[in-house]
Amino acid sequence: MNDTLMADNIIEQAAVWRSAGRKVALATVIATWGSSPRPVGSQMAVDEAGAMAGSVSGGCIESAVAHEAAKTMEDGEPRLLSFGITNEMAWEVGLACGGQVQVYVEAVE
Amino acid sequence: MKRDILDRLVAAKAAATPVAIVTDLNSGLQSLVLDDAVHGAFGLEPEILEEVRRRIRQDRSGVLTDPQDEDGFRLFVHVHNPAMRLLIVGAVHIAQALAPLAVLSGYDVTVIDPRGAFATEARFPGIKLNHDWPDEGLTALAPDVRTAIVTLSHDPKLDDPALIAALRSPAFYVGALGSKRTHALRLDRLRDEGLSEAQVKRIRGPVGLSIGAVTPAEIALSILGQITCVRRGENHPC
Repeated sequence: MNDTLMADNIIEQAAVWRSAGRKVALATVIATWGSSPRPVGSQMAVDEAGAMAGSVSGGCIESAVAHEAAKTMEDGEPRLLSFGITNEMAWEVGLACGGQVQVYVEAVE
Repeated sequence: MKRDILDRLVAAKAAATPVAIVTDLNSGLQSLVLDDAVHGAFGLEPEILEEVRRRIRQDRSGVLTDPQDEDGFRLFVHVHNPAMRLLIVGAVHIAQALAPLAVLSGYDVTVIDPRGAFATEARFPGIKLNHDWPDEGLTALAPDVRTAIVTLSHDPKLDDPALIAALRSPAFYVGALGSKRTHALRLDRLRDEGLSEAQVKRIRGPVGLSIGAVTPAEIALSILGQITCVRRGENHPC
């Protein structure tokens, strides 16, 4: 079986990357409204080279999340991102797939 | 996420132990909650801890907020439960397609067949194989509400005892391969064995969604589609 396609191994992938000495950030869908493409708990791991495992949407916001993940890898600060809604963070990246999501991005220490 | 929490999470998942990561969205601090222990950076009030454990049982991740104070705590509870299981009786051609499809969909798959020539590593690379008689094998695997069971052998000697064991379990899905005629005869035999009408009605048969499937892989797809529909598809006909 191709492990990279299996459903629920993002945490394991993050651990492997971190053990190899790479900087890693984890992004997790913590809330959704409407017809958002992936449910609460969906995760994506990103490493310092931009490699990605998993997903937090149907492909609409992964690049934006990876961009923020790189900042979190640099400063170690978690970030709470909102997509498809307008808020004080002025995130206005629409969800082409519809719906609204909040994504929590944290560094793997 | 601290390395200690990550390592404990990976270990819990490897041991198929239900676990939740609780993240304080205000501070970024995290704790790991097991049924009998809590590890991590901040203490949880007993009532919050009880709610986290309730959510583990319900397999429901989400944000908890302070009902008294909108500027109060905001906790994200991320439940990591063991994979749903699929137990396949009959190591036949359709099973060779269904097992890897189900693994891809996140199921922990076991193929049960006492016939050594069928249940081989060569036919099922990387899939767990069980060579017990199906009723004994199924019972030993203790199907729960997160388990789907499908019989594919077409042989009543294997499928009937398996179905009787399956119907005595709380499995969320029980399916049986066979035409309408075969299925009607099967239900008659199961009634003769003393199973109630309510019990035999739990069996999905002829198994699978009606999508005109012909090949083994297409039939496997229709079965996995039906399992998905029963699991996820509230208000969808399955």
